[in-house]
Amino acid sequence: MAQKSNVSRAQTVIAIFIVIGAIYIIRLFYIQVIDDSYTLSANNNVLRYVTQYPARGLVYDRNGKLLVYNEAVYDLMVLPAQVKEIDTAEFCHLLQISVEGFRERLNKAKKYSRYKPSLFEKQISKETYGYLEEKMYRYKGFFVQPRTLRKYPKAIGAHLFGYVGEVTQGIIDKNPYYKSGDYIGVSGIEKAYEEELRGIKGLKIKMVDVHNREVGSFNEGKHDTASIAGQDLYLSIDGDLQEYGEKLMAGKMGSVVAIEPSTGEILAFISSPAYDPNLLVGRVRGKNFKLLSEDSVKPLLNRAMAGTYPPGSTFKMVNDLIGLQEGLLTLDTRYTCQGKGSSPIRCTHDHQSPLDVYVAINQSCNPFHWQVFKSFINNSGHGSIRDNYVSWRNHVMSLGFGKKLGTDLQFELSGNVPSAETFDKIYGKGHWNSMTIRSLSIGQGEILVTPLQLANYAVTMANRGTYIAPHVVKTIGTSQSEKRVFATSVSTIDKKHFEIAIEGMRQVATLGTARWSQIEGVTMAGKTGTAENPHGDDHSLYMAFAPAENPKIAIAVVIENAGFGSTWALPIASLMMEKYITGTIKRPAVEEKMMTSKLY
Amino acid sequence: MRERNNIFGNIDFPLTGLYLLLVVLGWLNIYAAVYNQDYNSIFDITQSYGKQLIWIISSLFLGLLILLTDSRFFSTFAYLIYGFMIVLLLVVLGIGTEISGSKSWFQIGGFSIQPAEFAKFATCLAIAKFFSSQHLNLSLTKNKIIPLILMAIPSGLILLQNDTGSALVYGSFILVLYRMGLSGNFLLAGLLVVFIAISTLMAGTLFVVFLILGLAGLLLFFMKRNRKNIMSLIGLVILGIALTYSVEVGVEKMLGDHQKARINVLLGKTLDLKGAGYNVNQSKIAIGSGGFFGKGYLNGTQTKYNFVPEQSTDFIFCTVGEEWGFLGSTVVVALFILLLLRIVIVAERQRSDFSRVYGYGVASILFFHFMINIGMTIGLVPVIGIPLPFFSYGGSSLWAFTILLFIFIKQDVNRNALL
Repeated sequence: MAQKSNVSRAQTVIAIFIVIGAIYIIRLFYIQVIDDSYTLSANNNVLRYVTQYPARGLVYDRNGKLLVYNEAVYDLMVLPAQVKEIDTAEFCHLLQISVEGFRERLNKAKKYSRYKPSLFEKQISKETYGYLEEKMYRYKGFFVQPRTLRKYPKAIGAHLFGYVGEVTQGIIDKNPYYKSGDYIGVSGIEKAYEEELRGIKGLKIKMVDVHNREVGSFNEGKHDTASIAGQDLYLSIDGDLQEYGEKLMAGKMGSVVAIEPSTGEILAFISSPAYDPNLLVGRVRGKNFKLLSEDSVKPLLNRAMAGTYPPGSTFKMVNDLIGLQEGLLTLDTRYTCQGKGSSPIRCTHDHQSPLDVYVAINQSCNPFHWQVFKSFINNSGHGSIRDNYVSWRNHVMSLGFGKKLGTDLQFELSGNVPSAETFDKIYGKGHWNSMTIRSLSIGQGEILVTPLQLANYAVTMANRGTYIAPHVVKTIGTSQSEKRVFATSVSTIDKKHFEIAIEGMRQVATLGTARWSQIEGVTMAGKTGTAENPHGDDHSLYMAFAPAENPKIAIAVVIENAGFGSTWALPIASLMMEKYITGTIKRPAVEEKMMTSKLY
Repeated sequence: MRERNNIFGNIDFPLTGLYLLLVVLGWLNIYAAVYNQDYNSIFDITQSYGKQLIWIISSLFLGLLILLTDSRFFSTFAYLIYGFMIVLLLVVLGIGTEISGSKSWFQIGGFSIQPAEFAKFATCLAIAKFFSSQHLNLSLTKNKIIPLILMAIPSGLILLQNDTGSALVYGSFILVLYRMGLSGNFLLAGLLVVFIAISTLMAGTLFVVFLILGLAGLLLFFMKRNRKNIMSLIGLVILGIALTYSVEVGVEKMLGDHQKARINVLLGKTLDLKGAGYNVNQSKIAIGSGGFFGKGYLNGTQTKYNFVPEQSTDFIFCTVGEEWGFLGSTVVVALFILLLLRIVIVAERQRSDFSRVYGYGVASILFFHFMINIGMTIGLVPVIGIPLPFFSYGGSSLWAFTILLFIFIKQDVNRNALL
């Protein structure tokens, strides 16, 4: 007989139902409300955060010629948590990587994060991307991100432009704008103008389905931000002059810096040996960087700002200017010169004696300038010899030596004008005098200048005592509206004294050491230098500006270990100025010789 | 005539109301689960949601038809219906069509029908018929075995069709047997078996054997040590150890690799997120990401973009969890529990044994489906592919569940008339 009613058993059945229901509700509460790892996993399933990289700003020269632009490439990204069994062989073949390489990359990405995208293969070409795009749905967990790479239509300006690299962990830690895989300017104007050039990154949140197919944007794109392209730069550089200078400097170690005196705008900024800036772009950068950094002639060194040289005879006008300013030297001052027999510094040129300041400059007389220097250090009336030296050093530094000029480029060296303390340390306090430091009178000894400082010295001469911090960027932005203001410096020397020094420099080009390399129809004012160099052969130097009466260009050329200033530095500077001022070269033979000579 | 006039007046409204609510909620969730912007009308019959509407309307006709049928029809022809279904199960083994590994479908034109779904109510009828026999003496062993055989035949045939999930459903009749006087010890024993089986799989055979021996030793120390007690203890120990070994052998020899894998995933022994564990993991992600309030109707991403497999059938609860959150999930769970409780309450008020036993059968089957289906989506039971009643997409299952429930509703309508 079946039981008609059994209340306790019905209650047991009801209890079982309720208990199971309660367990399920508790479980649901746990996974839906308490444990939020599921939400994270769900977002990782569906959402793809695609950074919108802005194109870096373009770079033009002073005449609007394009010097640096961008080329599209694609970064292949991976989200390890999403990667499923894929046809590895086919995938590797498409990317032209090995199966081991595939595993290595994947493991590296997993190590970084299973749930955040990381770079799998950078900068794949448009062609490879074309093949890959069609098959993307078969490679779950992979997606591509468009990027841009720098491209240089002419292989010039390597040191000026610098290069772009990936951010390091150190940069990411310091600056929250940068994320792993971002690019950043590492040197040159790419670094100096990074904030202007980089633009503003955007973010697109896309949704994908289980087959890794895009199915739309998250929340109708409400959270997306568009990228904003970087600002263009208009340089003060004259692209043609830069290119011409690099050709002249081929096969020579050294530097050429040309500046427009009235504005401080750098017209040419050359360091040699140089390299094709396209070498330090994209996937080949690492390999080429290693090659370049191991090269014994140091092509990566930016000699224009980071190379320091004794200025040699180019420095002589500095002593004259100081002497004139302090009244220790006048146009009537005459000193005698015994030529090669002079003591304590012999003369390297044959000329009249006794001589005045003009002849001293155009013949580059060592004893004359030693006398001027000695008279200042011994009797200028500032107090002790040491005090006189401190005063001398102040004058020198007011002309832009021994300190950074405040250019817009980075990694500028300050050169060296030794302080009184340095001499105290070397010789002992009170144990040094003009005789001890006599080399300074002819730009030798401890004094060191960069080619940029030497060019700026020519600028200061041309401007009769003032200079604007030399810089390479004229304007920023497409409308060329934004202009930076650079500081103007005024030297301690009165304007009238410069006229004397400049007259001496003009005579250098017409009567003196530079007379053989004149520019037809243009007068230059310059000074050669043959700087003794403790490490090897003399450096060949020349600094000048032209036209002497209305300066348009000031220039400094340094050729390492090349001997006389008049042999190499002078003709190169003279050709550059001829090219810039007249637009043509009327001395093809000189040009030919300069371009084809190899000096290292 | 009195009976006919009162059909609609006597219908149990909580039952029909819950039924309609679940069916409509199911339909809305199927729409969300397979939502396709190109076919965004919920009535588009080229899509699952459009088809489900056809199933729903035809189910309502079926329900109406049952309500209009003489209630004695079902008790009278119970064995005949059961026999007919057994024949169908045999036939489908011979000429059935195989769909996703199970040879359990009749393909008629564009439609497929799964007899296993309909065998449930037929078995329910047969068992109810058996227990309602006059002068049934349950103390006879024969009378305990017969209902088990009634359950075992369809279960075995369905197992042969390679549809393990549906075969297991028949185990739920143990609740009916319990209600009809089967000793409570059987339920306890059942629990113990489950416990031993799970601990064997998790901790290994030897560990469980020592556990049983240890517990027996403790019992021996504390209990009254007379001959009868000691003998039953020894018997229990031998049974326990035998079970332990048979679980090991059973899993090793009888289960297929994919079933073993599923069990291991469930027990947390392996974390195979790409293989056997993929479904459960994605299902938990979908439900878990719903949060308290859910992402909103049609805003679920996990189900819509196919991260969850079988999202309109076996894993339909994921859509509920993702789009309606904890709030909606609780409501659905509560609706099912309310339905089950209502069935038990209605069953208890029946005067005829047939109706009451049938009612318990309905509750058992629905409960089993509910427990297994939702349990697997939240990772509490292994993935066994059986639908969520009234919710999951599918004509056969909706028809079968509708018939199952409406026969009971019809019995209830006539609860007074029969006497």
